Amino acid sequence: MSQTLFEKLWQRHLVSELDGDTGLLYIDRVFLHERTGSIALKSLESDGRQVKRPDQVFCAMDHIVDTLPGRNDETLVPSGKNFIQTTRQAAHAAEIQLFDIDDPRQGIVHVVSPEQGIVQPGLTLVCPDSHTCSQGALGALAWGIGSSEAEHALATKTLRVNKPKTMRVRFDGKLADGVTAKDMILHLIGSYGAAGGSGYVIEFAGAVITELDIEARLTLCNMAVEFSAFTGLIAPDSKTFAYLQGRPYVPAGEAWGQAVADWQTLYSDEQAEFDREIVVDCTEIAPTVTWGTSPEHALAITASVPDPGGEADVHRSQAMTKALTYMGLKPGDKLTELAITGAFIGSCTNSRISDLRVAANILKGRQVAEGVTAICVPGSSLVKRQAEAEGLDSVFKAAGFEWRESGCSMCFFAGGESFGYRERVVTSTNRNFESRQGPETRSHLASPATVAASAVLGRLADVRELEKRI
Amino acid sequence: MKTFTQHQGVAAPLIRNNVDTDAIIPSREMKLVSKQGLGEGLFAGWRYLNPAERQVNPEFVLNQAAYQNTSILLSGMNFGCGSSREHAVWALKEFGIQAVIAASFGTIFYNNCTRNGILPIVLPEQAIDQLMKDCSDDPQINQINIDLPGQQVLSPSGAHWHFDIEAAPKEMLVEGLDPIALTLKQADRIEKFEERYQQQFPWLQ
Repeated sequence: MSQTLFEKLWQRHLVSELDGDTGLLYIDRVFLHERTGSIALKSLESDGRQVKRPDQVFCAMDHIVDTLPGRNDETLVPSGKNFIQTTRQAAHAAEIQLFDIDDPRQGIVHVVSPEQGIVQPGLTLVCPDSHTCSQGALGALAWGIGSSEAEHALATKTLRVNKPKTMRVRFDGKLADGVTAKDMILHLIGSYGAAGGSGYVIEFAGAVITELDIEARLTLCNMAVEFSAFTGLIAPDSKTFAYLQGRPYVPAGEAWGQAVADWQTLYSDEQAEFDREIVVDCTEIAPTVTWGTSPEHALAITASVPDPGGEADVHRSQAMTKALTYMGLKPGDKLTELAITGAFIGSCTNSRISDLRVAANILKGRQVAEGVTAICVPGSSLVKRQAEAEGLDSVFKAAGFEWRESGCSMCFFAGGESFGYRERVVTSTNRNFESRQGPETRSHLASPATVAASAVLGRLADVRELEKRI
Repeated sequence: MKTFTQHQGVAAPLIRNNVDTDAIIPSREMKLVSKQGLGEGLFAGWRYLNPAERQVNPEFVLNQAAYQNTSILLSGMNFGCGSSREHAVWALKEFGIQAVIAASFGTIFYNNCTRNGILPIVLPEQAIDQLMKDCSDDPQINQINIDLPGQQVLSPSGAHWHFDIEAAPKEMLVEGLDPIALTLKQADRIEKFEERYQQQFPWLQ
């Protein structure tokens, strides 16, 4: 019988059928971080339970650590030190692999895991972090869970999962110049709403997906959760295998051949049926930014702020009105005329080496506009080192960007690093929620290219404006 | 875990789409490595005019006298979207919320609720609008009734709606079961699965 990729992954991990549509699934890998993993480990310990396979559990320090030079356990986040030290003690006690602050492999969970080859096609990976869906880009079934479910996975090597419905989103056509994976996912969420993927596991497919490199696929899958999907997924292909080969946790020698032979069976059969299919024509996608307080408030950079009066759905219309007030905007404002005072490149969405190369290419020989605070936070310490080897750090610094240590940093405001009160910020992150990046900060989500171009021009900018001037 | 069977309580309307977990519990309110001490930070950005100084915002629904002792929230699409932080559920629970009725939920949030004895109920938007109207006159008197075993929501007007919930989470809530203990009962089965799995996919071991 024809099967979707998801069905194949579900079946190979199904330990037993529980009631209704719930299955007990075998979990291959668990990742933790100091924000939500600390409480899972601590709670497990106080219940007298053990981590069943510590050698298959990993932990990163990314959420609370500062990204300022010379950082240590002290952090700007109130009581942050407690999270860091509790996590370290619990990780050591449980004998799990910790990528600690001073480890050269330290970084954001969803950057470190693919970089180290911990996530691989066909396996299940969970983490008490919503952006775990990023890792589906390599053909794994990877999804975000809560701390209690993390305890369950740690103690039992399984999870009770309600089986999601299946959706395929096919990206057809060709991407225009200046358009990236970030623009694709913002465009999708803008078109179908932030709840558009609710109840579904989404397989991204089509000619444009095949063209994307692995890091771009990670960006795309990263925001599946902003579409309210259970997770995102891309069938592994020769690019995936080439990306993984030789990474520290990936099988070598004979085992590599065995693994690849298996991975090559991981795709949706031609006749497989999905519960829902969406086709996106990529030729219609422009560089895309958000104007409001939900990722669904996304528009082409060439557009103007919409009028809630034009929205038929009353709840959506009300949300738009609230968002306009919060963002300090009025209908008809041209997006490319919105002045910014902050620019941020970082986060599990867009902080990998390819993102930094794209941004550096735009910043080369240019200057960040006066009055704009611009910050770049590489996704991992290895990305940082690679960028420095390529001289990208000099480009960022010469342009007027701060060059930081790796971590989640200003993707969210935990009381430490943040932008200022009501500051307007263009950001390569994933959430434009109220006060997400600082007190009442007004965040506009965009690709690293758009962030770099906007930083230079001091306003939201169409990256193609700059390219024309080259 | 506490059992959930029937519940009657005051329902407060927070009718907006995409109420995210950052709004439910801002990151800066998560000050301890603990499941406790979060109730005060619930909806801090909306509940307080100045969150740092805890200056109460009289406009916010949960601060109004009519909605004292609220135990049920009514909301729109995609409630609990965003961050996986279970602190959002722990904060709701500590505040006294026992059920959330919304047009849809973020998946991780939904699962976190059922793990902590909070019942998430999906109803159509029209039903939620109706419930809001039926309770609005005097919310303290016009309370909502929820019957989990019967999967029914009863409005003070007498209108009622059936809601869907998967058998497994329903059983966990009704019986107040510890899912880890429940799964560990299948330890033999898991070990047997593991043996076969390790032979089939040796590079993963």
